[in-house]
Amino acid sequence: MSEKQKKASAYWKENAKYLFILLSIWFIVSFGAAILFKDALDTIKIGGFKLGFWFAQQGSIYVFVILIFVYVRLMNKLDKKYNYNE
Amino acid sequence: MSVQTWTYILVGVTFTLYIGIAIYSRASSTKDFYVAGGGVSPLANGMATAADWMSAASFISMAGIISFAGYDGSVYLMGWTGGYVLLALLLAPYLRKFGKFTVPDFIGDRYYSKTARIVAVICALIVSFTYVAGQMRGVGVVFSRFLQVDIDTGVIIGMVIVLFYAVLGGMKGITYTQVAQYCVLIFAFMVPAIFISIQMTGNPIPQLGMGSTLNDGSGTFLLDKLDGLSTELGFNKYTNGSKSLTDVFAITLALMVGTAGLPHVIVRFFTVKKVKDARKSAGLALLLIAILFTTAPAVSVFARTNLINTVSEKEYSNMPVWFKNWEETGLLAFDDKNADGKIQYVADKQKNELTIDNDIMVLANPEIANLPAWVIALVAAGALAAALSTAAGLLLVISASVSHDLVKKVFNPNISDKAELWVARGSATVAVVIAGYFGINPPGFVAAVVALAFGLAAASFFPAIVLGIFYKKMNKEGAISGMIVGILLMLFYMTKFKFGWFGGGTQADWWLGISPEGFGSIAMIANFIVSIVVLQFTPEPPEYVQEIVENIRIPSGAGEATGH
Repeated sequence: MSEKQKKASAYWKENAKYLFILLSIWFIVSFGAAILFKDALDTIKIGGFKLGFWFAQQGSIYVFVILIFVYVRLMNKLDKKYNYNE
Repeated sequence: MSVQTWTYILVGVTFTLYIGIAIYSRASSTKDFYVAGGGVSPLANGMATAADWMSAASFISMAGIISFAGYDGSVYLMGWTGGYVLLALLLAPYLRKFGKFTVPDFIGDRYYSKTARIVAVICALIVSFTYVAGQMRGVGVVFSRFLQVDIDTGVIIGMVIVLFYAVLGGMKGITYTQVAQYCVLIFAFMVPAIFISIQMTGNPIPQLGMGSTLNDGSGTFLLDKLDGLSTELGFNKYTNGSKSLTDVFAITLALMVGTAGLPHVIVRFFTVKKVKDARKSAGLALLLIAILFTTAPAVSVFARTNLINTVSEKEYSNMPVWFKNWEETGLLAFDDKNADGKIQYVADKQKNELTIDNDIMVLANPEIANLPAWVIALVAAGALAAALSTAAGLLLVISASVSHDLVKKVFNPNISDKAELWVARGSATVAVVIAGYFGINPPGFVAAVVALAFGLAAASFFPAIVLGIFYKKMNKEGAISGMIVGILLMLFYMTKFKFGWFGGGTQADWWLGISPEGFGSIAMIANFIVSIVVLQFTPEPPEYVQEIVENIRIPSGAGEATGH
């Protein structure tokens, strides 16, 4: 494997790690908090919102937005580290 | 001034604006026409993507559906936003790096096969046509209610406008028109929501108003009040659903994956300069979409509560003007079954006297809440912006699939750029006419099928693209058979349970209790499995294709989008 290929595969591995972490959060929030564990979370109340219901109609969407911006930051840093930025 | 005068003014001004933008930024090459020249800034692309994405369904129908479905409506909220996470992380940056014009372009080149390209074109056409017909219908409904023309005339006016700027401007024209349309539609959605939130809860932010206490001095939380009203009338509690857990799970997944697989959304990420911009603009698009999507559930709560308070057990003869107006359109109907002159609005179908179309909730909401005439007119202009922007985006996918993927790549590779541009314009025109025809003569299935476009996209494109990027060894045999099995399975399930083909069936016959809307997730899994199994028995892709895959994984050197 050439130096160039080694660098590319190291970059790809780090990228895959980020994807795994971010997509796990994506899954836990939407399918977990808002669907599978909705009833349990509904016993907790914040203001007028039952927590599970809040995740389903508000919270998950906020988390999605944050996830993408975190990804953008992480990847911009990673690009710099491997000198792939332009 | 009357609502009608205001509507004429606002619709007239916005339409003039869209046409002006289209003339100013008209396309002069195929590159302009397909990917807006490839030099769109991330913010402009984010706004355009958001307008492209938010259709008549998100603007008019979604809040209405949620207000009758309560928690069950969350599938749309999460499904239509969560897909952007998949899009941003798994697809957009790599497809931008790959740098072609269309989704079938990627499938055709990555799977080194004309067959793959043609299968992808057919999938793109099925998905886009089912979707666009619904938009034209939405345009017609808005025109008929607010401008007192009949629905057919409304559809034709919409056709002419879309035709004008999509055909003339191509992707470049529609991108900048969509930027304007985003501003119009978000303003039109937020203004009444803020007004009503202040009226009902005293909180100007609808997202918080939804969880606040009522303004009437009772100290009751709005959501508790609505739960109470719903159970009193025999409905489910608003904050609880009636769908099964499996089905909610499946529908949410199908809508998310479908969102990420819709060709008119994916193609937007070909229009930015760099890979970095593609990521950023996916984030901006979702942020801009989230403004509407987090407000919509608040609007649903306000509207449902207001509706119950206005009509339940009230004298029919005392109903406000909006009630009569909407009765005329047929979207609202009262049938005094027990002849007591009062409106009984209850869950029990035998006793219920009021039928309300979902679409009324957003359109009539400002009237129900007694907001000024200009706000009501603004909602009409916003609904038109939402429907037109989505229709234009879809028409572009249809025309590019025909002129670029079929004519140039399959039938006549030597076609000149100029001739190809004319073929693109011609096919856009034909597509508008077909879409308009379906808008005027909606075959019963249009409404049923729009939601299923997501299932079709999830079942066909998503696995092929993800495997193409993340699984270097995936070959053409695997991908093609996966796409075919996925889309056929989805078409089978949808026609069986929606149109009664193949022996039909009822809810009791659903596989694993999953509705046709949610079946896209099963068909998608089938696509993945078939692709991987077929791969085991067929040869690896050639070396140069594996190199392409390695290359698209690296963000630098994206260059410009090309068709060659």
